[in-house]
Amino acid sequence: MHLKTFTYGSAILAAFEYLLENYPEVFVIGQGLWSPWYVGNTMTDLEKKFGIKRIIDTPVSESACTGAAVGASLAGMKPVVVHPRMDFMLYAMDAIVNQAAKWSHMTGGQAHASVCIRGIINRGGEQGAQHSQALHAWFAHIPGLRVVMPATPLDARDLLISSVLCEDPVIFIDDRWLYDLCDDLPPITVKPLGLEGPKTLCKGKDITLVGIGFSTHLCLEAEKILRKNGVSSEVVDIRVLNPFDSSEIVKSVSKTGTLIVVDGGWRTCGFSGEVIACVVEAVSSGVMKRPPVRLTLPDAPAPTSSPLEKMYYTSVEDVVSAVLSVLRLSTLAPKKIVV
Amino acid sequence: MNMMEKRTSLFDNWELTQLSEPRNYQDPIDISGYDSPALIRHLKLMYRIRFAEQCLAMGRKEGIIGGPVHLGVGQEAIAAGVSSALTTSDRVFGAHRSHAHVLSQGASLQALFAEVLGRNSGLAKGMGGSMHLYDQKNGFYGSVPIVAGTVSLAVGAGLAAKLQNSTDIGVSYLGDGAVEEGTVHESLNLASSMKIPVLFVVENNLFASHMHILQRQPKVSTARFAYANDIPYEVVDGNDVVEVALAASRLVEHCRNGNGPAFLEAITYRWYGHVDWREDIDVGVNRSDTDLREWKKRDPIKRLVSSLLEATICNDEDIIGIEEAIKQDVDHAWELALSDVFPGEHTLFDRVYAKLEQRI
Repeated sequence: MHLKTFTYGSAILAAFEYLLENYPEVFVIGQGLWSPWYVGNTMTDLEKKFGIKRIIDTPVSESACTGAAVGASLAGMKPVVVHPRMDFMLYAMDAIVNQAAKWSHMTGGQAHASVCIRGIINRGGEQGAQHSQALHAWFAHIPGLRVVMPATPLDARDLLISSVLCEDPVIFIDDRWLYDLCDDLPPITVKPLGLEGPKTLCKGKDITLVGIGFSTHLCLEAEKILRKNGVSSEVVDIRVLNPFDSSEIVKSVSKTGTLIVVDGGWRTCGFSGEVIACVVEAVSSGVMKRPPVRLTLPDAPAPTSSPLEKMYYTSVEDVVSAVLSVLRLSTLAPKKIVV
Repeated sequence: MNMMEKRTSLFDNWELTQLSEPRNYQDPIDISGYDSPALIRHLKLMYRIRFAEQCLAMGRKEGIIGGPVHLGVGQEAIAAGVSSALTTSDRVFGAHRSHAHVLSQGASLQALFAEVLGRNSGLAKGMGGSMHLYDQKNGFYGSVPIVAGTVSLAVGAGLAAKLQNSTDIGVSYLGDGAVEEGTVHESLNLASSMKIPVLFVVENNLFASHMHILQRQPKVSTARFAYANDIPYEVVDGNDVVEVALAASRLVEHCRNGNGPAFLEAITYRWYGHVDWREDIDVGVNRSDTDLREWKKRDPIKRLVSSLLEATICNDEDIIGIEEAIKQDVDHAWELALSDVFPGEHTLFDRVYAKLEQRI
């Protein structure tokens, strides 16, 4: 099998190239597409290869541009909207939640907004509260949307392709902090998005670690450290948040009896709560050896000052010490506890 | 006088004192040189809309219709005139007051009534009701009640036509209230900057719910926003179906020829209140008995009938014949719609996504 090395960032670029080459109905619209800064290396030179009619850098109008993509998707196109930061998508909430998500239902299933809306999580670097948000929980709550968060280069490439080709509106959330992850990828095979869901990346028996996007990467790094210290962790990567299928996680927790969900969103009403609710509803009594734990952002906007930033974001060490604490292998309490 | 001077003097610095005064423009409309069969088509369509809306008003009053209906009685000439310049492969989007728009594209009366009644044979299979209409095979892509919710969608449908090298255009029907939404200004700028083939049709009926336009905006004419975005525009008497049709024809051709967007503002008035069947004279500071009475004399149907009679294109019997035939169609469609079944319970879940695969 012919493998080629990609980073998470270049894998996204490869997906765009594949889509634009093979599907004339695909076009890309958003801010910063003709600039090298706003979207990392994920869109480099696309406008040179495919022209500025199909790679459209727009006025500063998130609402109208997202709405226009929705409208174009009703008229036979498969647009990808790119929002360089999820924070900026908020201007487009009507187009996403009131129009795209509900269009199929409201029309009795006769029309579908086949638009992919890409929101990039781009945080840290002292950028602060409005350049940091991970709002996947909001979109996961909306019936009619599909929500995808890839954690690996393979998923960044293949799930983007599946998302763009899907008939339903898809929120595709990628993460700047993953852009340098490296992997060798096989040639592209197109998979229907509806068949994708949570995946066990690593098998173990002592504890189930569930991650979403970047936090999956934290779980994988923690797993390596824990393994050296005699703890066997099973890591499940959620990948598709909406519609959410918890069966893979339930299966894992039925085996390990212990669950930690690591989530890059805020604590209250975050997606980690949904994961835990699904598991607790589904497992037989006596299966859980200990109460489930969630590691999340504290319920506060992101700070800009450096020491506050270090405190704010969950680290690999935080995940390791949480595992050790939950398994009573350490006297230290888990770091991220609600105040 | 050049075009800019002419416009400014005609629209008196966007105040539209002439056009918005109901006592003006009550005379029969000027139909000279206009194709007679087309005039009859316009008349029949306006009657069809009027009688359908009045049927819905009655159904709501009697409690047969369970949800709110936003009626455009009095505004029929706009949909009738604009649609005469469109085809069923154009991409038309509406808002909460869109029964006229969907009917003008060719929707079946029965399917419209069935939709409002929540029946399975409705335009949206009973899932949308009065405020979420759909008839894409006739070019009506959809209407929603979020004010200005479909304006950017119409721009996108126009963008799609441009990318598809088609001469079809996007059409956005919106009201004077919708123009206050930020997304409309984004859409005008976007359409103009990218030369997108989309026609914005503002039905300015001088009211947004209970508030008169001068309580919400500094000027009456919303066409000032077209001017601000360098978009060609016309402002017309919305109760003159010929004037609307001719203006629409010019603006639609501009769009089809790859020249970018266009904007049509049509001044009119609704006979009923914002929603349902009451006249709502007591609602809103500026809605008065006198105003309503004068606007009813500016009735688009009555004015066209007067013109046809004056020109002896029709006589009284012809008109009565047309009225009765359409009344019968409406009554018949209503009866059929009432006898249809409701959607099954499974429909609540199996239309959320295009297809919900079963994962192993």
